Parts: sequence; structure tokens; C-alpha cells
Amino acid sequence: MSDHESTYVPKTGIEKWLDSRLPIVRFGADYMSLPTPKNLNYWWTFGGILALCLVVQIATGIILAMHYVPNTELAFASVERIMRDVNGGDIIRYTHANGASMFFIAVYLHMLRGLYYGSYKAPREMIWIVGCVIFFLMIATAFLGYVLPWGQMSFWGAEVITNLIGAIPLVGEPILIWLRGGPAIDNATLNRFFSLHYLLPFVIAGCVVLHLWALHHAGQNNPVGILIPKDRTAKDTVPFHPYFTVKDGFAIVLFLILFAIFVFFMPNALGHADNYIPANPLQTPAHIVPEWYMLPFYAILRAIPDKFLGVVAMFSAIGVLFILPWLDTSKVRSMRYRPAMRTFFVIFVLVGIGLGWCGAQLPDSPVVPGMPSFQLADGMLNSYLWLNRLLTFYYFLFFIVLMPLVGLRETPRPIPATISEPVLPGGGDAMTSAAPASPEKKG
Amino acid sequence: MNGAPQGDAANRSGDESVAADQGDPNNKDPNRRDFIHIAAGAAAVGAGAMAAWPLVNSMNPAADTLALSTIEFDLTKVQQGQQVVIKWQGKPVFVRYRTPAEIERARADDHAGLKDPATDADRVKPGHQQYLVVLGSCTHLGCVPTFGAGDFGGWFCPCHGSHYDTSGRIRKGPAPKNLVVPTYDYVSDTRVKIG
Amino acid sequence: MILKTNIQSMKKTLVLIALAAGLSLAAQPALASGGAKHPHSGGFSFEGPFGTFDQGQLQRGYKVYREVCSSCHSMNLMHFRTLAEPGGPFYEEGQVNPAENRFVKALAAELQVPDIDSETGEPIMRDAVAADKFPSPYPNATAAAAGNGGAAPPDLSVMAKARHDGADYIYSLLSGYRAAPAGLEIRPGQHYNPYMAGDLTPFWKGQGHVPEGGFIAMPPPLRNGQVTYDDGSAQTVDQYAKDVAAFIAWASDPKQVQRKQSGMGVLIFLFLFAGLTYVSYRRIWKGVAH
Repeated sequence: MSDHESTYVPKTGIEKWLDSRLPIVRFGADYMSLPTPKNLNYWWTFGGILALCLVVQIATGIILAMHYVPNTELAFASVERIMRDVNGGDIIRYTHANGASMFFIAVYLHMLRGLYYGSYKAPREMIWIVGCVIFFLMIATAFLGYVLPWGQMSFWGAEVITNLIGAIPLVGEPILIWLRGGPAIDNATLNRFFSLHYLLPFVIAGCVVLHLWALHHAGQNNPVGILIPKDRTAKDTVPFHPYFTVKDGFAIVLFLILFAIFVFFMPNALGHADNYIPANPLQTPAHIVPEWYMLPFYAILRAIPDKFLGVVAMFSAIGVLFILPWLDTSKVRSMRYRPAMRTFFVIFVLVGIGLGWCGAQLPDSPVVPGMPSFQLADGMLNSYLWLNRLLTFYYFLFFIVLMPLVGLRETPRPIPATISEPVLPGGGDAMTSAAPASPEKKG
Repeated sequence: MNGAPQGDAANRSGDESVAADQGDPNNKDPNRRDFIHIAAGAAAVGAGAMAAWPLVNSMNPAADTLALSTIEFDLTKVQQGQQVVIKWQGKPVFVRYRTPAEIERARADDHAGLKDPATDADRVKPGHQQYLVVLGSCTHLGCVPTFGAGDFGGWFCPCHGSHYDTSGRIRKGPAPKNLVVPTYDYVSDTRVKIG
Repeated sequence: MILKTNIQSMKKTLVLIALAAGLSLAAQPALASGGAKHPHSGGFSFEGPFGTFDQGQLQRGYKVYREVCSSCHSMNLMHFRTLAEPGGPFYEEGQVNPAENRFVKALAAELQVPDIDSETGEPIMRDAVAADKFPSPYPNATAAAAGNGGAAPPDLSVMAKARHDGADYIYSLLSGYRAAPAGLEIRPGQHYNPYMAGDLTPFWKGQGHVPEGGFIAMPPPLRNGQVTYDDGSAQTVDQYAKDVAAFIAWASDPKQVQRKQSGMGVLIFLFLFAGLTYVSYRRIWKGVAH
């Protein structure tokens, strides 16, 4: 499937001339004709959607940077000037702001798809790891960008998150001062955050190239999760274009509809009202809450009573993703054939949503108001604090215990020998028509 | 992003083996240009253009810039034989109160084989011949000319040596045009509105 | 059958997306706590995807702001010319550009703004022009705080975006002043308002539940008959509050109505585009078992 033979034939003289010097047209043509498993479902369209998100963020961001002023005295007003005076500036800025949320909706679904169908397993570990790097860079970029409008949430978000660095023993404090460029979040911080916020998307774009390179080298996974043997390529794959360009295109348009509803009709629904109050270093808002896409990690941070260990837990929640390919001991990729793991996966998704919910609540408030409760260690049992801890426990349990253990213990369902089998006319579903269970060939 | 129709034809002929394998009766004419693909491709191009337009348009002057496009100036601030430089739309404007000798010299050269022919009377408002209002921007490459230098008693551009006379007309050097007279009106006897 | 599974997985996708969006939306009210009474609706004309501003209401709202609010509250992101932007209170068909609008020029000229004399360099006051910002009642934030018992009156430029429930909140707050319930200790310079965020527990000496709301430094700003309307609208606190809330909602996002209108066009296009792409997709995949 990978490194398929090139079918590009330069026709005109200039095409031949170019092809022998810089085979860029061949590169593009080979990309477009790449044999792609034909059973990819709509969960596979998020890659294309994410590419679009990145392009939208970079394009709108470049325009916004032409009008934005990275200065603590002027930043807030310059953003509002974009909204009021720059031609179409309101749409551009709201697209950029909501684009971040759209980007994260898509990336979470993309990652869950990879998790469910075992796309991180050999021979695709590097695709997954580069993807995790991209995810981490996205979080960093989103955080830096959120600081730029210099509202109350910008300022206090920056204050709280940079203080996480201060939790590191011994070197934390000097690093913190270096990072902020002074004893507090101020003009120096805003300027460097702006610079980095402009830089990181291009680093992400570079990582996307690596991500795609690795993808096209190892070949795409598919819902059945088996590797496509060489002699089945003709039967089980279709060229990427037009089959998947049009399918991705359709999914992208649907995604754009959701995007447009937010931008044009509810542009501030995903943001926080306090960020329209100019930053005030002397007064903290009543509730500091990160943007929704950071909430699960914020919840994990707050689940741990110790400052440093909380930070460690939060970074571990992302770090554990990097070693996921080696935590999973299953020989079967797709959870379609792993009923036990599928149940744990569904619970994991609910836990993730639950953590996001907890991240937005006050830790001490009761989960079920009015329900009798009692004190357990440092908080009431019926409080978000303990729900938060329970969910955090499951988050790590899923990766560190369930992934290795279930893989060794479970009996997977029979796996079809080829991806065509499940959809042969009259053949019914994979589960019934499949060949006897056979451990998958290692790629 | 979508199947561009021309690309389709070539690629789909390559697909035929796949289609044939499936025994597909509907795919007999893979080279048929399908209207729907053209329409979808066109819509994609349209969407791209629609998305690009606000980005391009955002670089046009913003509302606050446009609001500053007119200014008023009180002429009593200029002494005879002097000029005041004011900033209009980010560019210098020379408001010069000319001496009778300067006006005389400008009129004398009205037909002296000018590079960019214009009479002095055309370049001032009737009844206000003493006030010359020109953009202080050399028509060659935009430097600001200095007064009192050059061979014609007017302005001289230090960048590439263009000479302008006392009416701001180009007389010598690389500049192609006379110093530009902006749109302006007398709102009263001593007050002009530029822009 | 293929179509069915596709649609099913698509449905699941959309449900998940909706869930993610719902989660973030649902997370909002929890943050807005503070025991304040939930604002009641002002029944504003600009709500909903097709809503537009009532120009008469915006003009009245500007008058209320100018005659009442502006003595303490700045709106320093607002320019006079913005009042004549399309959709704004003083927009007029056929105007050359907002800065040349006759009403706006007249309104600006009623006020003085600080400037620097171009010859002497001395600070002076001159008549405002359309390109100027609304003048602030105080020269700086410290002066504003000093003049108001230590709490600077907030700028109102984006107030409707800076509070949950935007215009409804402003309307409810301004028209919602009540006599403090018996048993509530009022601190000097403070006023009770059921719509203000806060926690009154430490000040509650009465019976039963702690009352909703909080303390606000601003005394009730509006009185019946305080501002004269020349269009026959009721000159009541309720109407004033509604009008000025509408004006602030407009000022917080002057392009919102135009944006919603463009949004309708964009959505119609996207639905057609989706239909075309879907048909194209079905044709290309016709007969390919997958």
C-alpha cells in the first residue's frame, strides 16, 4: 500500500523538463492516486477537516496580526478596532476565535477515532506520536492566542498557567521569571506570547507534513484494522482522488455549516464574558476557567491536592498518549472486534466529557444538590472534588492498566481476512461472515 | 479540494480496473464529464473565493482611517513667503503663501515648454492666487522636496534631483508630473478643507 | 445499506459534535453563579438569527446614555462616526460616509474633547468631530475611582459582551433596583440589587434564605420622566432601561446584524454546496462496494 508505484506520465515538454529536475507534479499526482482502503468511514474525514482548520487559522491569523497591537495598553482596544473598523474584521476575528474551538472538536474526534480503531499500533506508532506532538503544540498555541486580547481571562489564564512552571522544585521560580520576562505577566510577556503564537502554527504545519509522510509510508489504517496484502490492493483500495477527496469534501462542508453557525450567529457562545473586561492585574475574576477544550486537563490538575504533583498529573495525562503504542498489548487493532475494550472505551469517552464538566465547576459544590454526604479526607464525598478524582483515576487506569491487561486477557471476535469481506453483497456484517479468528500479521 | 472535473476523467480511467472488478454496470463510461462534479467543483472554487474576499478586503483602509480623510486648515497661520506643512492622510501637504514675485515668475513660465503643461491659474483657486496647496510628495518616487533650492525658485527633490517651480510644476529632473494639487475647497475666506 | 451505515456514522459524528458543543455551552451557566437573580428578557428586536435593531430605540438609548450614564461611564471604544454606520442609530440612506453624517456631526459638536494646540502645544478643549472617540467623564481610571468612592465606573463600550445575558442583564439591573429586604445590612455607599452578582451571606441578619443579588456602588440611576423623548415613547424607568440596554448591545458589537445577514447567505450557500458534494460523492462511489 505504501510507496506505490508512480503512475504519473509527463506529457508536454515542459512537464518532462520539470519532472526530471523537480518532480513536484509527480509528487502531487502520486499523492492523489494513493491506494486508500475503501472501507474508511466518516470518522476518517477529520484529517482533512483538521487540515482545513489549520489553513483557516493561519490565514485569518496572518490578517489579524496586521491589525493587532501587542502592547498591554493597546491590545484590548486594537482587537475591538478589528471588530469595529477593519473591513470584515468582525468575521475574521470571530472565525479565528471560534476556529480554535472547531480545531479542538475535530482533533478530539480524530484522536478518539485513532484510539478506537487502533491506528496507533504497529506499524503506525510514529504517525500517532507526531500527532501527539501536534496536539501538544495546539494546546500551547491556543493558550498563547487566548492571552492576546488582553482581557481578564487572558491575563489571569496566563498568570495561572505560567505559575504551573513555578511548581517545579528549585528551578521553577527562575524559569518562571525568564518565561514572563519579569516578576509578573506584563508587556514583555504579551510580546513574546504574540511572537510564539505566530511561530507555533508553522511548526504545527511542519509536523503535519511529518504526520502525512509517516501516514503515507505506513499506509492508512481502516475500520477493520487489518493490513491490506499486496495482492489485495486492487480489490480493497481505491485511489485517494476522487473517491476520498469528494468524501472528505462533503464532510468538510458539513463541518463548515457548524463552524458558520458559531461564527455568524453565536460567536461568543464558546468564549467567556469576562474576557471582554480589559485585563486588570489588581483584581481576579470570580471564577477562572480555561477554554472548554482545556477543561479535562484542568480538572486533572485540580484533582491532585499537591501543587507540583498536580502539574505532573496534568502533563502525564498528555504524556501517557506518547507511550500508548507500547501500553496496548492487543494483537487486534480495531475495537470493533474487542467487545470488552469497546466498553472501556465508551466509559473513557464519558469520563473525558465528565472531566471537562468537572473542570468548569467549583470543586466544593455538590454534584447532586441536597443529597446527604459526609466528609472524606479533604472534601465532601458528594462534591466535584471527589467526582473529579474518580474520573481522573479512570483516565489513567484506562491507559496504564486496562490497555495492557485487557489486551492479554481478552478473546477478540473473529476478524475478517480482508476488508472486502464484511461488505460482500449478501455477506452480512463482519461478525457473521468473517473467517475464523486469526491473530493479525505484524506489519 | 473536491474532484475537479478535468482531473476526474484521467483518474477515473485508471480506476476502471477497480470498477470492473466489482462488476459495476453503472461505470461504463468513465470519461463522461458529469455536470454534478463540475458544479461541485465550481462551488468549491466559489467557496474559496468567498472566503478569500474578506481577507483581501480587510487590508483596504479601515473605517477609522477613512474618517480622517478630510481636514480643515486655518490659512491665517501662514506668513507671506512661508509655507506650512500639514499631515493629510499620512502625507505632507504644502500650504504656501506666495509673494507677488513668485506668482509673477510662475505666470511668466505658463507657456515655457512644460513637461506637464498647466497654467498657474489652474493650480490655485480663483481669488486666492497667493495660496498654493500641493501634496509635498515628489511625483518621481515620493520623497519630500525642499523649498528654496533648485533652479526654478520653487522646490528641489534631494533624492533624485527633480526641480519644481514656484507653482509646483516639474521643470527638470526625472519626475514625470507636477506636484499634485489635492481636492480642496475654501469653506471661508481664511479656511480650507482638504479632501 | 451502504448509505444507511454512512448516514448512521454521520449521525453519530454530529451527535458527538453537538455533545462537545453542548458541554461547553452547558458549562457556562455554572460559571455565572453568585446567587444573582436570573435576568428577565427585555423582549429585544435584535434577538434571534433574523433580529434587527430598532433604530428609534437606539436613538433613545443614545440619548439616555448621553444625558444620564455618560456623566460617570466612559465608552472609550466608541467613535461618533460609528453611530452612523449602517444599522447604527443615526445611519441615513445616501450619506457619503459615516464621518459626514449630519446628525453625527451635530451630536459630536455638542461635546468638547481634549486636544493639543498645534502651535503652542498647550492642552486645549475643542469641539468634537465625527472621527473622535466619545469623551470620557474622567481623565483617567484613578480619577474615576477617586471620584466614586474607590470603584471606577466600568467602561460601557462592550458591556453587553462582558456580562452573561448581555442586554437582558443590563435592562434587568437598571430597572431592577428594590428596597433591601429587612434584615440585610447595607454597607455605606452600597445599594442592593437582586440582579447584581455577589454573596450576601455575611450581611444577612434576617430570617430564612439569604436574598438573591448583591451590592452595587451605583445608586439607582434612572427616574421616571428624567429624559425627554420626542417620539412619544413612554418616559419611564423601564423604557429608559430597555432603550439604553439596546444601545449598549448595539455598541458592543455594531456589526452584529450585518453579520447575521451575511451568515444567512453563507448558510444557504453551504447547504447547497453540501447537497452538490453529496450527490457528487454518491455518483463517484456508485457501484463501489465499501
